[in-house]
Amino acid sequence: MDSLSSVLLLKAALCIYGVGIVGSLAALRRERIANVVGFGSATVAAVCGILAAVLALTVEQGLGGSFELWPSLIPYVKLTVKLDPLSAFFVLIVSVLALAVSIYSFGYVRGFYGRKNVGVLGAFYNALLLATTLVFTASNAFFFLIAWEIMALTAYCLISFEHEKAETRSGGVLFFIMSHIGTGCLILGFLLLFQASGDYSFDSFRAVGHTMSPARRDAAFLLFLIGFGVKAGIVPLHIWLPMAHPVAPSNASALLSGVLIKTGIYGLTRVLFDFMGTPPNWWGVTVLTIGTISAVLGVLYALMEHDLKRLLAYHSIENIGIILMGLGAALMFLHTNHPVLATLALIAGLYHTINHGIFKALLFLGAGAVLHSTHTRNMEEMGGLIKRMPKTAFCFLIGAVAISALPPLNGFISEWLTYQSLLQGFGTTGSLVRLMFPLSGAMLALTGALAAACFVKAFGVTFLAQPRSEHAAHAREASPTMILGMGLFVAACVFLGLFPTTFLTLFDPLTQQLTGQQLSAQLTVANGLALANTQAQGGTVSTLSIALMGICLLPVPLVLWLFFGRHARTRIGPTWDCGLRGLTPHMEYTATGFSKPIRMIFKALFRPRREVQREYDYSPYFATTIRFESHIEEAFVTSIYRPLNRAILRLSRRMRALQAGSIQAYLIYIFITLLLLLMFAL
Amino acid sequence: MKSQLLALIFQLLLLLALAPLLSGCVKNWKSKLQNRRGPRVWQPYFDLAKFLCKDMVISEHASWIFRAMPYVLFISTLLAGLMMPMLSASAPLSLFGDALAFVGLLALGRFFLALGGLDPASAFGGMGSSREMTISAIAEPALMLAIFTVAIAAGSTNLSQMLLAAQGPTWKLINPAHVLAFAALFIVLLAETGRIPVDNPATHLELTMIHEAMILEYSGRYLALIEWSASIKQLVLMALLANIFFPVGVATDWTASSLGLSLLWFLGKLFALAAAVVLVETTNAKLRLFRVPDLLSAAFILAALALLSTFLFQ
Repeated sequence: MDSLSSVLLLKAALCIYGVGIVGSLAALRRERIANVVGFGSATVAAVCGILAAVLALTVEQGLGGSFELWPSLIPYVKLTVKLDPLSAFFVLIVSVLALAVSIYSFGYVRGFYGRKNVGVLGAFYNALLLATTLVFTASNAFFFLIAWEIMALTAYCLISFEHEKAETRSGGVLFFIMSHIGTGCLILGFLLLFQASGDYSFDSFRAVGHTMSPARRDAAFLLFLIGFGVKAGIVPLHIWLPMAHPVAPSNASALLSGVLIKTGIYGLTRVLFDFMGTPPNWWGVTVLTIGTISAVLGVLYALMEHDLKRLLAYHSIENIGIILMGLGAALMFLHTNHPVLATLALIAGLYHTINHGIFKALLFLGAGAVLHSTHTRNMEEMGGLIKRMPKTAFCFLIGAVAISALPPLNGFISEWLTYQSLLQGFGTTGSLVRLMFPLSGAMLALTGALAAACFVKAFGVTFLAQPRSEHAAHAREASPTMILGMGLFVAACVFLGLFPTTFLTLFDPLTQQLTGQQLSAQLTVANGLALANTQAQGGTVSTLSIALMGICLLPVPLVLWLFFGRHARTRIGPTWDCGLRGLTPHMEYTATGFSKPIRMIFKALFRPRREVQREYDYSPYFATTIRFESHIEEAFVTSIYRPLNRAILRLSRRMRALQAGSIQAYLIYIFITLLLLLMFAL
Repeated sequence: MKSQLLALIFQLLLLLALAPLLSGCVKNWKSKLQNRRGPRVWQPYFDLAKFLCKDMVISEHASWIFRAMPYVLFISTLLAGLMMPMLSASAPLSLFGDALAFVGLLALGRFFLALGGLDPASAFGGMGSSREMTISAIAEPALMLAIFTVAIAAGSTNLSQMLLAAQGPTWKLINPAHVLAFAALFIVLLAETGRIPVDNPATHLELTMIHEAMILEYSGRYLALIEWSASIKQLVLMALLANIFFPVGVATDWTASSLGLSLLWFLGKLFALAAAVVLVETTNAKLRLFRVPDLLSAAFILAALALLSTFLFQ
């Protein structure tokens, strides 16, 4: 098996990431060299990774070459790396993102020269990519957990990179704690599987997953759902995500939101679809419900943000929700024994996984470019950047259209597939449960429309109108490598949007492995022109034709203009200011103002606190100064996490009484423990 | 191939030509009901011609988004219109897009419309964009759920297939699912086309306008394209209600007689819907902005009930 070229390429990629770590550390004191070595090797490794994944998914369909990373001396612990189709798909995601983000980083990290150590950043960046690739390819639970933990630690280091800010430190620590709660659940889950199979290899799990007793399977499901859910950022385990992702350097944020949370999706897919066999109904119902809630709440909280990167982080929660809607529906279809539909829903979820990776990384890179030149994350201090940073603005606009699920870009395709699988789900069962499908579809529609509102706000307030601050007025375009990195993502958004039928063929080995179906032929009609939904006479869509048809229709307005408006001239004038002496940026609509109607409508959820102080001389109608403050705190934080936190602190204070510091007391504790253990043993 | 191309061009012309007439009729009838003479039904055509001839003033703060928006809006609305079966049961672009793509294209136009409102740095534009995006976001689930109800009954999201299924033997006029979904979609129609309980198309009062606030900075041929898109959108949404819920008379073959009959039916249904809109506009007052969500949640509940009745009666 060793001769498979995909395996060789994967090995090369892993080695080059390793070279990147060592090289960046070796060049610690030469930041330019560290930049070139660190991100250069990540770029090369990413290319190898893409080639490996594409080869594994096309030419070597499903052969799944494997190798030992290191001959292990410890029994059970084998460092097996296996590139089966599911792994290859996720390696493709991480490598595509790594390629564009690394190219972007060449220009981006120059902003750290003289301030921060670029060599350290490069080393952690490569280590994160290496660990993530290993998470996706590890085929042994022990090895998986090791890679998982290295990934979490390097991610923590990247998040805390600018640790001189208090906000960064608290975000990093919260990530660290939550991540370890998740890992704890994963360890327990894998131990349950180990108990049944007697081995840590994934192959043995696959053999016993469906033979376990229902109670154990349910327990394992819950443990994995929590464990991977924390990493994916599902509601209500998401609170670390909007704290931690925005404070990292933007190239790292792109990877964190684009890839790292997808490890949770990978884990869930691996365990639920690969190991566990036919799921009981409530698994799918749970996942679908969590997905729907995450999607709606994620976008609602995103709308309330005026910190550009926090807004994007909340959108990650929304998109994880959409992905889980696909996966949850797939589980429900597996339960009712509809493998074709389950495959459709699974494809929808996984298609959205790669799409979200791409457009979210694009948006984070765009936000990074804006941050780089305006030195603020606060949207209220931006504005007018489209004239100062036109290329960045264009890339961000493409990302915004894609994430709002508008045709003809890629977000639309994966949501279309999700809608189709949900709609067909109505016919799969006779019970009341089937009402869940169209209702989640309606919630998906709400999510999409709110996301569009949110990105009108994000793009409009950041890039359009007049600059709202000095920094924004003097912003400069990002460097060419940063533009190139974003440009690659734009190309990927367009490709995945316009040529879905080409891309779908990559899913065939993957779905063959997980559900035993190959759908790419059924999902394609008219020689690959249009995407279908496996039903006869079902709905079809062809984004490519829509785009081409749109270009064909462009002459219609132009002809009209030539016919009627030959003599019409265009004049540049001031914006209508109601006869005032000129508009100032203070009169523009703010991000907070833009989302005010939504805040009012969902007042019960947001519970906004506002404080208005006005001072006046003679009449309250003519205030001399007004101070306005408005806060929104997440209900989960105030009503779950904060009380929990207080309870833990209270408990620890009680525990402190035990630790009085007198050695006699400690000796008694040891003695009592010994006695208890002896009694337990007898 | 040739006949498909002909059908496409025919429907394109129909959309372009019929839409202003429909807007004109609504305006004229509304005035009549209010004891005014009102503009002639042909007035929108003259307005469009006038706008196309006029000079344009573009805000100094505007970027290329401001200039690109009218084209994006116009073309996305036309594309959505070409996916809707009008005279013949098979829409020209029915292979290229289904009901979901139809909704998506309208959303694409709205996305750029809202950006165009924010671009000239005026507070009016921002206000309009904010309200438009909010209302459409609240209307979207009701719209989708109503479409889902019909699509589930038809077993397809393809609009032509939905129409054919509605023409089939399973269709009953008083099918509760259809009636409820129709009611939900009618409310969504009022919201999406900016009609009175939600938005007042006749006002330019700062505090109440939504659509007009967004396009306040537009003039000349850009304004013509935007106004035209708005009336095409109204025509297309009315066609959705008319053809999917009352599929009588829609031609299934390509003979001149059936197409002619279909045109008569189509016009009749459109004018009936327009009359209903006029009635609603005349007998209701505009709602306060924060009452609109109540109306739209009522639409959502109607759509959910439609779905529930599909479940109960199937």
